[in-house]
Amino acid sequence: MSALLNKKYLPFYATVFVFIAIFLIGGAMYKNFLTTRVLGNILADNSFIIIAAIGATFVILSGGIDLSIGSMIGFVGVSMAVLDSMGWNPLATAVLMLAFGFAFGAFQGWVIDGLDIQPFIITLAGLFLLRGACFMVTINSVPINHEWADLYTDIKIRLPGKGLLRSSAIVMLVSLAIGIFVAHFTRFGTNVYALGGDKESARLMGVNVRRTTVMVYAVAGLYSALAGVVYALYTKSGYPLAGSTLELSAIASVVLGGTLLTGGVGMVAGTLFGGMILGLISTLIIFNGSLNSAWILISSGILLFAFIVLHRFLVGSFDHNRQ
Amino acid sequence: MTSDETQNARVTMRGIRKAYPGVLALDGVDVDIYPGEVHALLGENGAGKSTLIKVLTGALPRDAGDIHLEGRAVHFATTGDAQLAGISTVYQEVNLIPAMSVAQNLTLQKTGGRFGVISWRKARIEAQEKLDRLGMKLDLERAVGSYSVAIQQLVAIARALDEDTRVLVLDEPTASLDATETAALFDVVRALKDKGIAIVFITHFLDQVYEISDRITVLRNGQRVATNMAADVPRQELISMMIGRELGEVEQAFAGRRRDSDGDIVLSAKGVGKKRVLDPFTLDLRAGEAVGLSGLLGSGRTELVKLLYGAIRSDEGTLEMKGGGIAGTNPRASLDAGIVLCPEDRKSEGLVGELSIRENIILSMQAKQGWLAKVSRADQDRIAQEMITALAIATPDAEKQVRQLSGGNQQKVVLARALACAPKIMLLDEPTRGIDVGAHAEILALIRKLCAEGLALLVASSEIDEVVASSDRVAVLRDRRKIGELAGDDITRDNIVTMIAGEDD
Amino acid sequence: MTDTNAKTGRFHGLLQSRAIWPLLALALILIVDGIISPNFYDIRIVEGRLFGNLIDIFYRAVPTAMVALGMAIVIGTKGIDLSVGSIAAISGAIIAWRIQAGDPHGVVLFYAVGAGAICGMWNGGLVAILGIQPIIATLILMVSGRGIGMLINLFYGGTNPSFQSDLLQGLSTGSIAYIPTRLIVFAVLFVVVWLVLRRTALGLFVEATGGNAAASNLAGVNAKLIIFVAYVICGIMAGWAGVILTADTHTSDPVSVALYIELDAILAVVIGGGSLAGGRIYLGMTVIGALVIQALTTSILISGLPPEYNLIIKALVVLFVLVLQSEKARRGLMTKLWGKA
Repeated sequence: MSALLNKKYLPFYATVFVFIAIFLIGGAMYKNFLTTRVLGNILADNSFIIIAAIGATFVILSGGIDLSIGSMIGFVGVSMAVLDSMGWNPLATAVLMLAFGFAFGAFQGWVIDGLDIQPFIITLAGLFLLRGACFMVTINSVPINHEWADLYTDIKIRLPGKGLLRSSAIVMLVSLAIGIFVAHFTRFGTNVYALGGDKESARLMGVNVRRTTVMVYAVAGLYSALAGVVYALYTKSGYPLAGSTLELSAIASVVLGGTLLTGGVGMVAGTLFGGMILGLISTLIIFNGSLNSAWILISSGILLFAFIVLHRFLVGSFDHNRQ
Repeated sequence: MTSDETQNARVTMRGIRKAYPGVLALDGVDVDIYPGEVHALLGENGAGKSTLIKVLTGALPRDAGDIHLEGRAVHFATTGDAQLAGISTVYQEVNLIPAMSVAQNLTLQKTGGRFGVISWRKARIEAQEKLDRLGMKLDLERAVGSYSVAIQQLVAIARALDEDTRVLVLDEPTASLDATETAALFDVVRALKDKGIAIVFITHFLDQVYEISDRITVLRNGQRVATNMAADVPRQELISMMIGRELGEVEQAFAGRRRDSDGDIVLSAKGVGKKRVLDPFTLDLRAGEAVGLSGLLGSGRTELVKLLYGAIRSDEGTLEMKGGGIAGTNPRASLDAGIVLCPEDRKSEGLVGELSIRENIILSMQAKQGWLAKVSRADQDRIAQEMITALAIATPDAEKQVRQLSGGNQQKVVLARALACAPKIMLLDEPTRGIDVGAHAEILALIRKLCAEGLALLVASSEIDEVVASSDRVAVLRDRRKIGELAGDDITRDNIVTMIAGEDD
Repeated sequence: MTDTNAKTGRFHGLLQSRAIWPLLALALILIVDGIISPNFYDIRIVEGRLFGNLIDIFYRAVPTAMVALGMAIVIGTKGIDLSVGSIAAISGAIIAWRIQAGDPHGVVLFYAVGAGAICGMWNGGLVAILGIQPIIATLILMVSGRGIGMLINLFYGGTNPSFQSDLLQGLSTGSIAYIPTRLIVFAVLFVVVWLVLRRTALGLFVEATGGNAAASNLAGVNAKLIIFVAYVICGIMAGWAGVILTADTHTSDPVSVALYIELDAILAVVIGGGSLAGGRIYLGMTVIGALVIQALTTSILISGLPPEYNLIIKALVVLFVLVLQSEKARRGLMTKLWGKA
């Protein structure tokens, strides 16, 4: 009972509420909106953002931030495409890219902890580095032609109604499930929460801060790379500018999902809804037709503002008892 | 030390030495801790209590000395090592993750199976066992931060206690607890003591020391003053051990030169107080008079000074300036009214370490003048140079970063900043903390000189002899309450100690 | 005692000498450029204005340098402003809108810069009054600002929000006495910011607040107000950058104008020796930082490398500077050096 009233879940409930509310509003406005088809499309179209956002959730829960997400998606995309044109099997490239994402993230985490510098600036360097690397791989848009890529896009599960759960959405939901498990049912997951909740206390309680930091960014790199793989297979191409500013969408998804940007509080599951809210808003605006895409940005800004202020006052009340 | 003693003691520490850059924090300290006893560790700030605990629990390496746990020599590299060996610590700041649940806090890093997979069902059982050990009933799923500090403190103890805990260290566990909360905590401590656990208890509340502890060790300036059975050492003697220095030249130099308080009242506090911070108090400050503020750590010295300055907003009473006018609503208003504060904690509240001596000295003066009326560089240089000369600040020039100065010189910069404002009233909180003997005497002499020039001074200090030496009048605090004043020949160390001890009422 | 003094003295000297490194870096880049391209230093007069690679570096560095000046002040308070690119986009959209609406162009300029100031107040309010972490607080405007710009573009229904304005384009691309006008605009702004910061006590207050807000408060400085003002100045500078960039293309393009300028500006401040931990403002060195970034970009262009290498080089520069700044890394390095010596 009291767990239900637990303040720290309030942002999560708010997120689910906002998601349902927007979905219902859309349903009231457009008669084809409240269907599994729309839901399936939103899941598929936003799958790579949500996958990246799951990784970002870990980073933000630990009290950090990762700006290299968008560039990682772009880099993985062009690498997939170019290696495909060289005759590699997509599965092999995917595995290679995931390993690269993990290693690159781990390196970022190692530098952040080792130099004791704000993660913002280190991952900013990561952003530059990977985006530059994109252009070193290719400056053209390269198609992915391997039959396995077609196979991948053909996988789909029929939903009740006319909806389809596409392969990207399936990958996303599976990685979400893994993310939830790691965050909530492993020692590493609790260490991440502890680190973001109070770094000094965590250290005194025996958490290995260095190892956890390195792992957090490694996990984020892994998820970003996976997002890149999904994006490349979904669009069947690699393009060096792909994924630009996606780190912002990912961070926004995390915050809208109810995770405190100061770290320590939030749920990985919330990120799914945060990403879906962003997806819903753009779908609604596209449905409308007459509304400018400016509203996508502005409404995400307004929602961000509302959630950040909500978080601010929740945090204030957390601290209250410690005074 | 006989071998017999060593065998009985659960922990023996011999000749523990630890130096920080510029400070000898522990200078050959010996302490024994026995099973089933509560051993209180007393001393003012900087006496070395925390350092001793950190050395014992592996949080800090020691420079010299031996530690034996049940007869075996031990060297802990981390707090984790100490914990494995059976020494558990609850630190002063509650070290829990407030947003995480009680169960998570109790089991963090202590549960989990293969690949670190956690079964929360199992973890909850483990957590419940820990709570049961203290006879506590809590909602395991509730965020720990939503409980009172007292409960959090108990959760921290529950977390620290394992099946095989041999020694439990409690660092200021009651600092933010009220009487009933403290009583609840002490019930737990007694139960643990009965189980044969050796308990080290650090506090600055003397009542609690007598209530709970079996033996008392007093530290001062990194040295052990004495270890006694609690029943054998009267309160006055204890206070005297903690804050007394032998009568020095300083006190003798000023003895008999106390002035009568005949200056004009320049600041009058009438019933000023704030709930849970300081009971309402009344205090007058007069021109040309130095008022000492005496009391133990945590008695409300700093709070009183900050209330006068407006750095803590009072919720009752009034602060009147000479010739009408209200003071003390915020620091800037106090500056305008001619009140300056030299805060206790130089590093966190006193100085901007990255800025130069010059910039730190003129900061308050500039704030008083407003951002538009910039003090010219020539004036800045002149004022800084004057202050450096007047206060004998040891530096090659005024452009040196303040953080590179020694403690005594940093304190002089804080004083210089206050003096540069040409104040009428000066509030000094621990002006001689952590500085060497030479600077100490200089600062005391300066206080006398300022006073003679007509400044009203309030000097809060934990050093009783300093208060006796430099005050014309003394206000005494106990348990966040002003309990009285002494003037003239009544200002003696014995009188002050008696008042702090509160045995005559 | 004297030993530690000598050591801290040497340390201090090292800190001092750090200020010279950005200048050395700039010189090095320019020398390399001279070797790669022999007529790199040529300056000629075309259509009544100076042209040449050196002029070009200055010319192109202006928007980043403007934003970086404001950023330097915000960073001085221990803050950061991610929304400067979005503010520039809003300022540009307002220019197009009000010019289409027929306002006098001088007034439009005022509106554009004023919009920047209002955006700065929003950020400052969130940080100083609500106490939200700067990086989070400014994220809101960063995300939504470009949307606001796009919305403003809709006010006059145009799909092509371009405009003609002799005044604004003159400010951006024109020249006075052979000198590009935007350099003059920048010089004036620099002097104004310098005067506001250094001829009043504002600079000291900002540095004190960034260095230790609690101590500054007790010393009588209104730390909250100072932080607020810093964001407003930063907003104004971003507004000016919006003016220059928008007038350059004489069209408002909120989606891509000043993209990543916040990153370049932060980088310029960091290269100029400013620490993200706050407490110091180096206006002149920040401009040098912006020049280093632009010189790198220009060098890559003339060297024939694909322009995209720029990003990688920038990243390496960031890392290098950060390692130099990191107390932890420096200490490790020094003990290694001294350990051997």
